[in-house]
Amino acid sequence: MEPLYADDFYFLGLIVLAPLLGAIINGLFGARLPRKVVDWVACGAMAFSFVFALISLQGLVGHAATQESDGGFGPHLTYTVYQWIFRGDLNADIAFLFDPLTAVLVLVITGVGFLIHIYSVGYMADDPDKWRYFAYLNLFAFAMLMLVLGQNMLVTFIGWEGVGLCSYLLIGFWYNDEKKAAAGQKAFIVNRVGDFFFILGMFLIFYTAGTWDYVELHEMATSTATVVQLLPIAFPAGLLIFLGCTGKSAQIPLYVWLPDAMAGPTPVSALIHAATMVTAGVFLLCRLNWLITLSPALMAIIAVTGALTAIVAASIAIVQNDIKRVLAYSTVSQLGFMFMAVGVGAFVAAIFHLMTHAFFKALLFLGAGSVIHGMHHEQDIRKMGGLKSLMPWTHATFLAATLAIAGVPLFAGFYSKDLVLWNSLANTHVLGIEGVMPMIEGAQNSLGALAQYLTVDVAPVVEDAGGEAVEVVSWALAVNWGVYLVGLITAGLTAFYMFRLYFMTFHGECRADEETKAHIHESPNSMVGPLSILGVLSVIGGYIGWPHFLARYFPEGLQPYVLGLEHWLADVFAVSNEFRLVGRFGESPYGPEAIAASAAIVIAGAGIALAYVMYIKRPELPGVIHERTTRIYKVLMNKYYVDEAYDFLFVRSTLWLGKASYWFDRYIIAGLLVGGVAFMTQSLGAVLSNLQSGSVQRYATYITLALVLIFIAIFYGVI
Amino acid sequence: MAWVSTLISYWEPTLAHYLLLSAAVFSIGLIGVMVRRNALIVFMSIELMLNSVNLSFISFARYRFEMDGHVFAFFIMAVAAAEAAVALAIVIHVFRHKRGVNVDEMQELKY
Repeated sequence: MEPLYADDFYFLGLIVLAPLLGAIINGLFGARLPRKVVDWVACGAMAFSFVFALISLQGLVGHAATQESDGGFGPHLTYTVYQWIFRGDLNADIAFLFDPLTAVLVLVITGVGFLIHIYSVGYMADDPDKWRYFAYLNLFAFAMLMLVLGQNMLVTFIGWEGVGLCSYLLIGFWYNDEKKAAAGQKAFIVNRVGDFFFILGMFLIFYTAGTWDYVELHEMATSTATVVQLLPIAFPAGLLIFLGCTGKSAQIPLYVWLPDAMAGPTPVSALIHAATMVTAGVFLLCRLNWLITLSPALMAIIAVTGALTAIVAASIAIVQNDIKRVLAYSTVSQLGFMFMAVGVGAFVAAIFHLMTHAFFKALLFLGAGSVIHGMHHEQDIRKMGGLKSLMPWTHATFLAATLAIAGVPLFAGFYSKDLVLWNSLANTHVLGIEGVMPMIEGAQNSLGALAQYLTVDVAPVVEDAGGEAVEVVSWALAVNWGVYLVGLITAGLTAFYMFRLYFMTFHGECRADEETKAHIHESPNSMVGPLSILGVLSVIGGYIGWPHFLARYFPEGLQPYVLGLEHWLADVFAVSNEFRLVGRFGESPYGPEAIAASAAIVIAGAGIALAYVMYIKRPELPGVIHERTTRIYKVLMNKYYVDEAYDFLFVRSTLWLGKASYWFDRYIIAGLLVGGVAFMTQSLGAVLSNLQSGSVQRYATYITLALVLIFIAIFYGVI
Repeated sequence: MAWVSTLISYWEPTLAHYLLLSAAVFSIGLIGVMVRRNALIVFMSIELMLNSVNLSFISFARYRFEMDGHVFAFFIMAVAAAEAAVALAIVIHVFRHKRGVNVDEMQELKY
């Protein structure tokens, strides 16, 4: 075998190729293949992809060992499949980039994806269109891998659109059900709105930077001479791309499609609408971290949006009764956490939470799928209960995931959520005015542009941070506290609604009717297996990112591992961490960190305790509270009437616009203009056609008259 | 009788006379073509027009002492003969078809 070079690492191509082949085989021939073969092709494709991802990871580690950290892009492998577009200034190849950030995402996608494929074998066992399902699922994996592996924004965009398409196809998988087909369309259309902004952002970046290549863009953003060009577009381009991300990652204002997306098969909800696709926005913002950190105003917008989304979705999740709907709103809420982390500049925390969330939320969805499967497609938790003894494996794994998402120490979710909360408290995500100053030295124009795009009142407050005077903008502090407190409350709400769900599903009396009760059974091994593996990951997945105040107590040899993720991603976010973000508590703030972690634990415990009291100890309490707060309950039950508002604002107005346009087209364009021209021609023709009588004698007369006229004209010199 | 020869020399036709005659005959033919209803008469009017043109050609040929005009005149006569044959055949055919040769009733050209 010839040696592999870092810029021609063909395993990257194979990672993407495997699921594509699987999709092609199942898509074209699946209907005629035996069902067993369909299963093997689909799962095999994912398994191969996962293996190739591991090989690439090994290659990356090997490559990183030979590289000195030089403040550049950091170690990365690339592979160019072929030159796609080279036209003038536009140069875009089908090329893949594998750096530590991509590695995390690729491993999550292929790993969790593989488990969910295995699970689907059992879950979709009775479906006659299984081949179609697996073709879509593999196609989704292909698109998602394109998204994260793309070396330039255009390849990312292909994947971006591809996952949207697959999401649409899979939500509307049972297209005979009109409601489900409509949910698919809703997801697709809302996503398209976001994609439109993403395209605009891409154009703006290309217009300014002249390239879509991440490595080249990164170079521009980190060099003193060229960052000046990027500064003016950091806010608008970043905002456009962020709006694109709100569509794909279900943030306010475009989150409405995700709860409806639960119409698809449950493994799809687990893979696409919890673990992978919806995190694409978080990934993209992390990928472009050096761009968005140029604009503190943008960072604040992202953080506030994330926090608002988190608390709004969590509050809706409290009252929902559909098991998948609770999980859907929980996903929106957790994505809000990730955006919050991005907004405060804690990119490592965002990726960390993305990863652990992929584990425990996929597990929650698969567990919910197992429950739904066992209860013959019953999704209402009011009709469940007492499943603990009937479905022991599902119960155990679901409990692990619930503990993880609630933020109980030693479970994965605790570590990532704590990191997010801690960072949102500590990072005053302010453009370190000092830090940027030398970069834009001698560039008065860009300073003016900067002030213009900051669009904030730059009123510096001097704070003491580790003995150093640091300039902090006052509004940023307010945003900080707001975001942190909202995040903390949301963490409490999360613990509460997740344990409400858990208690109502697995504890107490079984409220199903007798016939269903008799048939409740544990799911087959192909479903329980993935649940168990994800259960283990939901516990240990957090051990690569211990809080700093605890990490220092670990023995020397373990140090690289207990802060593993932070070290692993250090190069990717080097620029952002280095001089654009100022920690409020200085270099090693172990005390405040411990207090913040304790606060998170206490509030999570409070949420769990409240759920325990309300749904185990005194089951009559929810009814009482419901009666006292009918109004609030109703608003929450109806999801703040956002769907209705959107329906009124956008759907109705679009319909009205359509009707008006139809009228205008029908009567003005078609009637007056087109019809008018036709009428004129017709009537003129009717008049003139009298001349063509068919009588030869008349024709002779015309000729004569014409000749006479011509002679007269010549005679008088007219012609 | 010198006055006779004077008178004769005075009335001796010049080119203008021939052209006037030709124009008059042409006009009579043209009007015939335009207003007469009987196809045969129309046909005869066309012959008139052709012959008036012949007359112009001959006049000019004579006036310029060249033979080109004669050549044209012969051509026209030959063509007129051929045309007469074809035209009469058409007229006969029309008559058989329509039981009449009134050109007012022949308006199928517009279709």
